[in-house]
Amino acid sequence: MILIAAIICLSGSVFLFLGALGVVRMPDVYNRMQAGTKATTLGSMLTLLGIGLAHLEWLPKLMLLVLFILFTNPVSTHAMARAAHFAGIKLTEITKQDNLAEDSIEEDENA
Amino acid sequence: MRKIKAFILSYLILILLWLALTGWKGDELIIGSLSAVILAWVFSARLIIMAEFRLSPKSLWFSFVYIFVFLRELVMSAVDVARRVISPALPINPGIVKVRTRLKSKLGRIVLANSITLTPGTMTVESKGEYLYIHWIDIKGEDIETATKNIVNTFERYLEVIYG
Repeated sequence: MILIAAIICLSGSVFLFLGALGVVRMPDVYNRMQAGTKATTLGSMLTLLGIGLAHLEWLPKLMLLVLFILFTNPVSTHAMARAAHFAGIKLTEITKQDNLAEDSIEEDENA
Repeated sequence: MRKIKAFILSYLILILLWLALTGWKGDELIIGSLSAVILAWVFSARLIIMAEFRLSPKSLWFSFVYIFVFLRELVMSAVDVARRVISPALPINPGIVKVRTRLKSKLGRIVLANSITLTPGTMTVESKGEYLYIHWIDIKGEDIETATKNIVNTFERYLEVIYG
């Protein structure tokens, strides 16, 4: 049991590490956020699950924590991405298209 | 009527949360249910969107299935991002696309936007009416239809039944 828990914890920390690596490697804010949200959500979920399996009496409360992370993480990511876009932070140069910027400009012209 | 439904649903969520945190003990349960009633009553006007949850057997079953659909997407998403981060070439092809959702309810759109944020390579940046603007790490379709098909449809099938 403790071995399974340790393996789950370890895989969780691998995802957390990759998330951090992604934040360093990605070219712009939005891509960094992608790495920062996804890998870390699964990473912290797995880490908490691993701890829960090692200490079974903690499991219900840790599952609650997982639930909170699951609900709050995307909301905060969205809020930051939206704020970044409205603050006019540029997308990286290899970006293919930006429908949101196009539509915002149209709205400004119509207004 | 909608307010009462929102009140009951918020009360149920609060009391389940309380039970999960404290366990089934007499005194604490009384305090917990009292505070849950007060909180749910105070905030029921704000939580009116909770009433958009449909309480039919089909909807409950779809909610249950949705958890697993969502978890599968979440794992795939993390693996996908991890793979992109590790590979030396950094294979990304990013951009912001526009998709259209058929969901009418606010709660449904919230859940959809959150689910999109946690699925492979996509992140909701802004929502205006029925359109969602999504940052896509690897663009596969540039017009609204293709993007909608790729990003939204997995979840919409379920959310349409649950929230409408």
